[in-house]
Amino acid sequence: MKQVVIICRREINSFFDSLVAYILLIAFLLLTGYFTWIGGSGDVFFRKQADLVVFFQTALLTLLLFIPAITMKSLAEEKKSGTLELLLTKNVKDGQVVLGKFLAALVMVLIALLFTAVYYISVSRLGNFDHGATLCGYFGLLLLSSSYISIGIFASSITRNQIVAFLIAIFIGICFLFLFGILSNSTSGFLSDVFNTLDLTQHFSSVSKGVIDSKDVIYFLSITGLGLFLSEYVISKRK
Amino acid sequence: MDITIQHLTKKYGGQTAVDNISFEVKTGEIVGFLGPNGAGKTTTMKMITNYLEMDQGTVMINGKDALDGSFKGNIGYLPEHNPLYEEMPVMDYLAFCAALQNVPKADIPAKVRDMIKVCGLNREKHKKISELSKGFRQRVGLAQAMIHDPEILILDEPTTGLDPNQIVEIRQLIKDLGKQKTVILSTHILPEVEATCDRILIIDQGRIVADGTAESLRKQAQGQQVLTVRIVGGPNPDIQETLKNIHSVHEVVMLNESEQRYELTSKENMTSNEAVFQVCVQRAWTLLEMIPSETKLEDIFRDLTLN
Repeated sequence: MKQVVIICRREINSFFDSLVAYILLIAFLLLTGYFTWIGGSGDVFFRKQADLVVFFQTALLTLLLFIPAITMKSLAEEKKSGTLELLLTKNVKDGQVVLGKFLAALVMVLIALLFTAVYYISVSRLGNFDHGATLCGYFGLLLLSSSYISIGIFASSITRNQIVAFLIAIFIGICFLFLFGILSNSTSGFLSDVFNTLDLTQHFSSVSKGVIDSKDVIYFLSITGLGLFLSEYVISKRK
Repeated sequence: MDITIQHLTKKYGGQTAVDNISFEVKTGEIVGFLGPNGAGKTTTMKMITNYLEMDQGTVMINGKDALDGSFKGNIGYLPEHNPLYEEMPVMDYLAFCAALQNVPKADIPAKVRDMIKVCGLNREKHKKISELSKGFRQRVGLAQAMIHDPEILILDEPTTGLDPNQIVEIRQLIKDLGKQKTVILSTHILPEVEATCDRILIIDQGRIVADGTAESLRKQAQGQQVLTVRIVGGPNPDIQETLKNIHSVHEVVMLNESEQRYELTSKENMTSNEAVFQVCVQRAWTLLEMIPSETKLEDIFRDLTLN
C-alpha cells in the first residue's frame, strides 16, 4: 500500500506541474457550469426544479472527455520514455503501479467534483432540494469515473502514443455510453438483454436519480476491476 | 549477494537475443559485459533485474530463484538510455526513488544529500531534470540506482556522457562499491573494463565467447611472447644472427636498421628476456630497450567477435 501511495502522490504532482490539471479542471467546470446554469433548455432556471439532474447528465459526457485526457499519458508516456522500466525494476509490483495511477486519476476527479460543491450549495438554496438523491448522484459519478479511469488506463497500457490512448479510451467509453444501448434496441431476445445489461447510460441514470441498486454498483465496479486487471496483465507481458 | 545464471535464453520473434548463457557473479566481484551492439548485454541485464521475462533458464540470487521479483529491493539498476522523470526536480526525484525502494522515511533526506555529494550534483540539485546536460542526467541515473545502498548493482553503460574527470571518479566509485557489493556493468569502452572490472565477459550474438580477467584473456589470445629490443655496440648482421641462435627464439625481424631495433618472437610457452640479456653481457653490447609487446584488449575483442 505504501508503494501505491508514493506512486499516486508523484502522479498527482506531475498533473499539477504540467498545467494539465488546471486546464482540465477549468474546462470541466466551464462545460458543466454552462449547461447547469445558462445552457438554455434544460438548465436549472428553465426547468424551475431545484436539483442537479442536468449537471449529472452533462458530467456523464464531459467526464468521457475529461478522464481520458487525464489517463492517456499514465502508462503510454512511461512506456515511451522508458521510465516504466525504471519504475518496474524498483521494489514495486506491476499491480501497485496500475493502482497508484488509478488512484491519482480518481483524486483528480474528486477535486473536480469538489469544486462543483458550489453548484450543490447554490441549488439547494433555491427551493425544495432532495439532498439524499443528489448525494446519491455524486456517488454515481464516482462509480462512473472509476470505470472511465480504468478504461483510460487500460487504453494507455496498450500503446506508447498518448493520442492513440486518448482515442481508444473515448471509443470504448462511447461503446458503453451509446452503442450498447442502440444495439440493445435494435436486437431482440437474449442478445438484446446482454446489450441492455452492458449499457452504461441506463445504469447511471437510475443511480443519478437517487436509486442505488446493488446491480448498478456491481456493474461499475466490474468494469473498474476488469480494466485494472487487464492493464496489469498488459504491462506484465512486456517483451 | 551471489548471482547465479543458468541457461538464460531470450528470443525476440525468430531472433535469439540471448542464447543459453550461464555464469556466476560473487559478492565483491565487478563483472564487465563487453560486446558489440546487439550482442545481448542489455537483454541479459533486463532479465536479471526482472524487467523482461526469460524464455528459458534461471536467475538465482543467493541460491534462491529471483523470478518472483522478491529481490528487486536489493538491486540498484541503471537502465540503458537512462530514463528519468523529466519534469521532476533532482532532489524530489531521488527522494521518490528512495521511498519506492523502502528507505525509511526519516533516512531519506540524509540519503539524498549523500548521493548528491557522491555524484557531484550539488549545484544542480534544485533544477528540473529536463534542464540538465547529458552528463548530469547520467549522474542522476547513477544516484537513483545507488540511493538505497543495494547489494547488487547493475549498470548499463554507466559512464556514457561523462567528462574525463567524472569518468575517473565514477570508475573509482564503482571500484570502491564493488568491494562489498556485486556489480555487473556493460560498456563499449575497452579501457574501462580493464580499469574497473575484476572479470570480463565478452558476449557475441547472445553467447559468452570469453570469460576471465583481462590478463588471462590476453594470455589466452597471445600464445607466443613478442619482444621489441634495441641493441647497440655491434654490427647489425652479427646481432641479428646471435639473436636468432638463442634457443628460445623463433623468429627475429629487423624493425629499424639505423636504430638497431628488432622484434623477437619466442617459441611457444617460452620467454627470451633473460637469454637476450645474457647474450648482450657476453658480447659487451648495450641493451637500450626491451619492451614486451602486449596483445591489446581491442585485438582480443576483435578476434572473438568478428568471425
